Amino acid sequence: MKTYQKILGVVAITASTTGLLYSATVYGDDDDHEGGFGWFKQSKLDVAPVENAVYRAECGSCHFAYQPGLLPEKSWRKMMTGLEDHFGDNAELSPEVNKNILDYLVANSADKSDYKRSKKIAGSLKQDEVPLRISDTVYFKRKHNEIPARYVADNKDVGSYSKCAACHTRAEQGSYNEHEVKIPGVGRWED
Amino acid sequence: MMKILTTLIVTGFLLTAQSASASPAVEALLKVYSDAGAGPFSAEAGQRMWTEKHNHAEAPLERSCSTCHTSNLADSGKHAKTQKVIKPMAPVVNAKRLTDTKEIEKWFMRNCKWTFGRECSAQEKGDFLLYIQK
Repeated sequence: MKTYQKILGVVAITASTTGLLYSATVYGDDDDHEGGFGWFKQSKLDVAPVENAVYRAECGSCHFAYQPGLLPEKSWRKMMTGLEDHFGDNAELSPEVNKNILDYLVANSADKSDYKRSKKIAGSLKQDEVPLRISDTVYFKRKHNEIPARYVADNKDVGSYSKCAACHTRAEQGSYNEHEVKIPGVGRWED
Repeated sequence: MMKILTTLIVTGFLLTAQSASASPAVEALLKVYSDAGAGPFSAEAGQRMWTEKHNHAEAPLERSCSTCHTSNLADSGKHAKTQKVIKPMAPVVNAKRLTDTKEIEKWFMRNCKWTFGRECSAQEKGDFLLYIQK
């Protein structure tokens, strides 16, 4: 075998291995075990990353800029009409900015998204349920039910489930893969 | 006569000094507040109000501007609930501060309601602006 063929072979093998690992890392779902090569079919990340600068600036200045795909349309509509008491804070916006943000949230809400976790969140809700906290959704609860209180509520570096990025190291990018979880003071979480 | 002249000179000096360090956004807002009948404004009054505590039924039970922004304008603060870092308020260390009238009014609205339980008056807002821009 000529040298260049050898090199080519090595490159090809490396590339395909890397590709496989990449798919498994990015798309591998934590503990869903939905049978077959679920991750192989997945083409979209957990939730769509935030792409709206106004939303990021207005909402992200006080808290993690939750991706719109983490709650359904009805939740966002309710949220944006009650900003004068936003979980105890005043977060009022001018009517124009409010509408701009609401339009973005609705267009990318969990029930309109084809991203993996968005679909699951939307699908886990009852028809008359309008959660204002992502942590109130059935899907969220199911995914976090094994985590002891000392890791979150009683962990001074976390304190609440509202701080996604405290443990999900790639939450900003819309990735909530279990293998990327690192709990402050505890370390990696694998169940 | 001499007294009036001195007062005029001192006032003139103070006004120049004030506008020399004020950003266009601050100048514009101070004019709005003055037109509404407020003034003269005082940085000392702003500073006093900054750490004044106000009681609330919900946590944090005692609130002041410094709850989140600390009592040193050059320091970073922290959101009382989310713990998200709030960049320093002082324009000398954070050039983005006090550059946009809409932004300033938005935060006055939100934060006065959270802290005082009501909107701030034109007088209070002017005093705060002078204190923050120092």
